[in-house]
Amino acid sequence: MTKIKNLADLRELKDKLQSKTKLRDKSESPDQLVQIKVAMATCCIASGSRETMNYIVDELDKRNIDAVVTQTGCMGYCYAEPTVEVIVPGKEPIVFGYVDAKRADEIIEKYIKGGMLVEGIIPVNYKKIDQ
Amino acid sequence: MADYKIHLLVCGGTGCKSSESQILAEHLRSSIESQGLSDFAQVIGTGCFGFCEKGPIVKIIPDNTFYTQVKPEDAKEIVEEHIVKGRKVSRLLYKDPKSDKIVSDSKGMEFYKKQVRIALRNCGVIDPENIEEYIARDGYASLGKVLTTLTPEATIEIIKKSGLRGRGGAGFPTGLKWEITRQSPGKEKYVVCNADEGDPGAFMDRSILEGDPHSVIEAMAINGYCTGASNGLVYIRAEYPLAIERLKKAIEQAREYGLLGERILGTDFSFDINLRYGAGAFVCGEETALIHSMEGGRGEPTMKPPFPSVKGYLGKPTNVNNVETFASIPVIINKGYEWYSSIGTEKSKGTKVFALAGKVNNVGLIEVPMGITLREVIFEIGGGIKNGKKFKGVQIGGPSGGCLTYKHLDVPIDYESLIAAGAMMGSGGMIIMDEDDCMVDVAKYFLDFTVDESCGKCTPCRVGNKRMHELLNNITKGNGTKDDIDRLINLGNVIKDTSLCMLGQSAPNPVLSIIENFREEYEAHIQDKKCPSGVCKALMVYEIVPENCVGCTACARACPVGAITGERKEVHRIDPALCIKCGACMDRCKFNAVIVN
Repeated sequence: MTKIKNLADLRELKDKLQSKTKLRDKSESPDQLVQIKVAMATCCIASGSRETMNYIVDELDKRNIDAVVTQTGCMGYCYAEPTVEVIVPGKEPIVFGYVDAKRADEIIEKYIKGGMLVEGIIPVNYKKIDQ
Repeated sequence: MADYKIHLLVCGGTGCKSSESQILAEHLRSSIESQGLSDFAQVIGTGCFGFCEKGPIVKIIPDNTFYTQVKPEDAKEIVEEHIVKGRKVSRLLYKDPKSDKIVSDSKGMEFYKKQVRIALRNCGVIDPENIEEYIARDGYASLGKVLTTLTPEATIEIIKKSGLRGRGGAGFPTGLKWEITRQSPGKEKYVVCNADEGDPGAFMDRSILEGDPHSVIEAMAINGYCTGASNGLVYIRAEYPLAIERLKKAIEQAREYGLLGERILGTDFSFDINLRYGAGAFVCGEETALIHSMEGGRGEPTMKPPFPSVKGYLGKPTNVNNVETFASIPVIINKGYEWYSSIGTEKSKGTKVFALAGKVNNVGLIEVPMGITLREVIFEIGGGIKNGKKFKGVQIGGPSGGCLTYKHLDVPIDYESLIAAGAMMGSGGMIIMDEDDCMVDVAKYFLDFTVDESCGKCTPCRVGNKRMHELLNNITKGNGTKDDIDRLINLGNVIKDTSLCMLGQSAPNPVLSIIENFREEYEAHIQDKKCPSGVCKALMVYEIVPENCVGCTACARACPVGAITGERKEVHRIDPALCIKCGACMDRCKFNAVIVN
């Protein structure tokens, strides 16, 4: 490790390191951020949901979008794996099916950034007991 | 390499570590590896989460799942279920004792709702053994800001305006202390961190040093810049091996990164820190005694003035601050004094860390804004009294503080209000007592501690406290006389007025405040020769109620001294001359036939 020689060095190092702990800050206030839940049951993983999740996390980071990406269990739409639920603050949750890298890109660009709906929406046909 | 998608934070404080949290972290790592997820999930050993009642704690980020009492065997299930499949392991989640509901997110827990974590901001969030995690969260930014853009005077002004007061107990304004040290003439000056935490049941400073050592290092360097010192010393008790280890590692890393040593951040300022070990004497928390101990002398206090800020370590001006005070400094500089002084009450700003202990549901480490009431702390954050018992009293400020009762529950916690109520802030120990505790016994316990810890230098403390202890002992044995209460009050006040240091001056506090608030318990011991809570053994008589006894002989078989006699199916009796009052018969009896009088 080379020594930190001045304040500029320190700031540079901080910017470089920040992403490593940012996740922990973000988890403190998920309500104000875009929340994305990726279904991660055995069948989803087999259909590629882990790749989808990795792609989403990396891309959000690259495109500077503050979001919390979590994994969740089987959503029940096994015919449409991988499935992803997106909650934009102030809006109803929306579930997308068949989310591969291409569709994930669309979701980020068009829905999260632009607020436009994209293909692959699964109509929600259930209610959660805690809502 | 890309960043990790999931962080598993495992508590590595002393409490959780002794419940095998380190082995647990290893198991988590190996399970993650065997699932092939080493690039996906990361296990981090952190400092204390504060919720020691249910340790070891594992927190999963980003969904904030809070697992409690996790054992090494549970690691595989957490990884396979939560990390691989995204299903929470519900049997390890926290269950709210009041509503019986499962709370998976720590933010939903009563324990955390009212807390404001400033001094503990990084505890349970970062890996204390990795300086980069500290830097990532604005670490050393305050030092950088101070060294490059602020004069020492301007920095001291910020601390003064923040309203920060010494968290070691006395509450002396921190900025003023820094200013006095700065103005004291002398080329060589010292910065001392008082990490000699000695209150029974208190572990705030230890947890900060274990969970966020760099915040203390950074603040000491800032202090050095302000006061003109280039040497820092941490006086820490040898009984804190983990804190020492982490602090050493942190100092080493700070040197490596050039944040300690010569010409820090390219400025003319040089500063380094070394450790001095204490042997664990309570009196060495008193600053003059602490300095003598560091110099290699006896840990005995001397008269003030001269204050250490004028004439301290090796006769040089020395700025002594407590761990928690230091830990608050970097945030104040980073976020501004306006922000800090907006928290708290008029005269007590900011937050205070307390170690909640005793008969409360959520034992642990908490940080609350000044001005919060005792009721909120005990019944909301603390989750109320264990086993649904009744609240009786709370000892604040350790053996130097006082005991408050239910009529004080709405007293706001700040320096002035606590003193007005007959207690003191102290370093932050808070011991809660329920209806089963005998207050005379509690007073005796604390006095026992100070008698043990008195250095013996001045007579009022050495002899006076001993005599008070004897009086209390007599009372708990049933030999108290009517004048004893007045004697205790008289003697206590003399000791308070004439002792040399704060240890002696505050030693009678628990006794006096308990007389003030629980006089009827003293009187019951003295006049009726009874201990209302059934704690003082000498005053208890075990008896068998003939109407309830069925003659099952269970009690007679349980009695270790053969004090119970009686034939089968006939009423038994206890011989009071032989009975050692162990209570075994009472525990064994299924018919409520054994009672205590």
